[in-house]
Amino acid sequence: MIGREGATAILRKAIDFSDAEQTQAVLIGGESALTRLAENVIHQNVAESDARLTVKAVFGRKIGTASGNDLSDEGVRRTAARACEIARINREDRRFVSLPAPTGDAYPQVRCFSERTAAFGAAKRAAAAGIFAAEARSAGFRAAGSLGVQAGEIAIANSLGVLAYSPHTRVEASTVVMSGAGAGYAGDSAVDVDDISFAEMARTAVQKCRDSLNAAALPPGDYEVVLEPEAVGAMLLFAIRVGFHHVLYRQGGSYLSRKLGRRVLGDNVTIWDDGTDPRGLPMPFDFEGTPKRKLMLFENGVFRNMVYDSYTAGEAGAKTTGHSIPYADFGAMPMNVFVQPGGASIQDMIKSTERGILVTRFHYTNLVRPGKVVITGMTRDGTFLIEGGKVKGPVMNMRFTQSVLEALRCVEMVGSEPRRLGMANVPAMKIGKFSFTGATEY
Amino acid sequence: MDELLMRPALDAAVRAGAEYADIRRVGRVTESIGVRQGAVRSISSSSEQGFGVRVLAGGAWGFAASSRLDPDEVQRVARQAVGIARASAQVMDRKVTLAPVEPVTDTYRTPVRVDPFAVKMEDKVSMLLEADRLVSAQRKPWRVATRLIGEAYLNWSRENKRFLSTEGADIQQELVECGGGVAATAGTLREIQRRSYPNAHRGHYATAGWEFVESLRLADAAPRIGREALALLGARRCPSGRTALILDSTQMALQIHESCGHPIELDRVFGSEASFAGTSFLTPDKRGAFRYGSEAVNITADATMPGGLGTFGYDDEGVPAQRTEIIREGVFLNYLTSRDTAPLVGDEASSGAARATGPDRIPIVRMTNVNLEPGDWTLDAMIRDTQDGILMETNLSWSIDDRRLNFQFAAEAGWEIKDGSLGAMLKNPNYTGITPEFWGACDAVGDKSEWRLWGTPNCGKGQPSQVAHVGHGASPARFRDVRVGVGR
Repeated sequence: MIGREGATAILRKAIDFSDAEQTQAVLIGGESALTRLAENVIHQNVAESDARLTVKAVFGRKIGTASGNDLSDEGVRRTAARACEIARINREDRRFVSLPAPTGDAYPQVRCFSERTAAFGAAKRAAAAGIFAAEARSAGFRAAGSLGVQAGEIAIANSLGVLAYSPHTRVEASTVVMSGAGAGYAGDSAVDVDDISFAEMARTAVQKCRDSLNAAALPPGDYEVVLEPEAVGAMLLFAIRVGFHHVLYRQGGSYLSRKLGRRVLGDNVTIWDDGTDPRGLPMPFDFEGTPKRKLMLFENGVFRNMVYDSYTAGEAGAKTTGHSIPYADFGAMPMNVFVQPGGASIQDMIKSTERGILVTRFHYTNLVRPGKVVITGMTRDGTFLIEGGKVKGPVMNMRFTQSVLEALRCVEMVGSEPRRLGMANVPAMKIGKFSFTGATEY
Repeated sequence: MDELLMRPALDAAVRAGAEYADIRRVGRVTESIGVRQGAVRSISSSSEQGFGVRVLAGGAWGFAASSRLDPDEVQRVARQAVGIARASAQVMDRKVTLAPVEPVTDTYRTPVRVDPFAVKMEDKVSMLLEADRLVSAQRKPWRVATRLIGEAYLNWSRENKRFLSTEGADIQQELVECGGGVAATAGTLREIQRRSYPNAHRGHYATAGWEFVESLRLADAAPRIGREALALLGARRCPSGRTALILDSTQMALQIHESCGHPIELDRVFGSEASFAGTSFLTPDKRGAFRYGSEAVNITADATMPGGLGTFGYDDEGVPAQRTEIIREGVFLNYLTSRDTAPLVGDEASSGAARATGPDRIPIVRMTNVNLEPGDWTLDAMIRDTQDGILMETNLSWSIDDRRLNFQFAAEAGWEIKDGSLGAMLKNPNYTGITPEFWGACDAVGDKSEWRLWGTPNCGKGQPSQVAHVGHGASPARFRDVRVGVGR
């Protein structure tokens, strides 16, 4: 970690080395490590230390971007000079207005960093992986999994006076427990490693695997489904990425185009973005240094707000909402998504289902048609038939092809216990009709 | 610089207790341009430097990397890698065994006629803006809400890397890549249709110089894809049912990638990706006997083929590039392997497929150029020989299960085939199948005149994520009795 002082000094150098009319410098770096498990043993164990400077230079409406991880004075000078060189030879971008000026608002105080996580080294990661392996082995199963730990920092400055710095930590853990004929999954993520119980994860995955043994084949067709939070999260990702994709939105190709203030999802679906909420993985500002705040996206199914960074805001005649992301040519995007919990437990959902399917999570989901956000993917690591309000038994993995919009318009029950899934916080859902289009033999 | 950093790192690792160590120092510059709707959307330049130290200590792997190229840092990172290996050894059931490799001192460079970095940025921008303009210039049908948007891209990169090992290898490589593409998006308030050239997902890429980009002739193809994107808006939907399916060579590249390239990665077979990308149905008992496809199906992995994105001199373990038969006349023969996975199936040597996407990533088993060898059909003959079927072109979306069996792929455009002739255009074509059944139904493979080596620059695998650049040689092929038009 470079630290606030060192990072700020690098940003100032980058801005000083630039002769552009406006300059933005972003430094993203830190240490990360990841331990992977397969067949109850650690087979991969890695660590890296890196920091990357990205400089955006602006002459009038001509923009150039360059990045590099050589943070010596010469390296910073080279990166700034290349950004300026590119900007000079670029064409005018008539949509560009300005880099963001300071808002005057203080950055929210959010807990992004845990010393315990930063100190969670290789031996501790191995011990945690050992918990997954031991629990699986004692059940006669095989565990795979990963445990990633990151202690990072983001620093942002621009020539208009924006200056922001935040350290952060992240822990991402998952395990898949397998037998010859079944599999179970558990995953969790947190800022503070003490918020994760590796033993509970191991027990959950082993129990899922045990419950998945001797799966039966089920014919494809339309079923009621109870989706655990991981499955809801995978589906929701596409609703967000397609809906808020700026190019699609501006061109009329997003399901949200021209729908501001209109109902687009079921009236029991409320979704907001909040980078300050500690139940997610918070950060106090976006990748242009604009402070984060809560922004309602869908209120009782009604589309309430589009998200913007400075570029897309300028294009739309709006104000940035603090949703800049660090990928060029993509536009702004909600990155801290919360779905309002309902009052039902997963057991309540199962009890209310005459015949349906309980899904632990999806695998390899992909967009088929953007208009209605039709996606396809597979179930994996625990798929079960529900009959007469009870889980009857495991079923083999199934392929679905389903419009996410139609699914989110027939949500019958929303779970009371949301789960943190990376940057999102999502409950389980019971959905009235879900289309399965294929099956496997395992 | 290397002498001050690399050998001391190996020495530090050995002093800390490593039984084996290697170090890769990598420097890479990547530049790209994207234009859309007559405007430059992005021009960016990215440079990266760094090194990674990989060690075996106590029989287990450890890896650490850094972007700080200074003597103190390499010593720290080398010791860190050994510490990580010792932690790995806490949860281990057997020591890692490495297949032997002859340590060499050698140099490899991508053959390049015109350095892509020497071509003026202004000329590159002009090339893309012209292609974009020619897409958008196509006449739209009389419909107020119809829109047609052009996009065009270029990417080029140079990677210099050096590999040293405690076994004595010292290998320097320079890999140059470039490529690009043009795309047309047509839309109404109800739907969006897309056509791409030469391939989807930002085009076609190769290890080559600028001469490769010029050979793509993006502007020549731009009007056609503009017209086809508009035509798709008025096309019939792909029917649902079972029929003969002909895939063009770009869609075949995707088919090979997902349903052959990934299942033959031996680390997946042994569960290395089980909690993330998944495993493989091609278990070791199937080797040498399992009927993966029909007798028309011959697949090789060839890292020596000029121009492929999976072409190099040596992999990232210092194993020389090689050609491996994967499937011969439909029978599964060999895996893609690394030095630590090859011994698990009794192989005496690695097949040279351990690749890392940067200095900060550990080499894992990756595709090189996984190719469907040419057959003896022309596409015209294939169509003439088909009474009832569909031709699908250019990948749109893809999904496959965690053992690489149940897949569903969509293409940008389809055409019905009736009585040996191409008929009406079809929108939203897709198809689904089970890998060995699908390849078992392959009854025609295009000949050399139809065969192209496609570059796939977006192959995701591994944790931390590694997006690899791989190649797939393919010609069009026909499959009987395939389920199409799924999930309408």
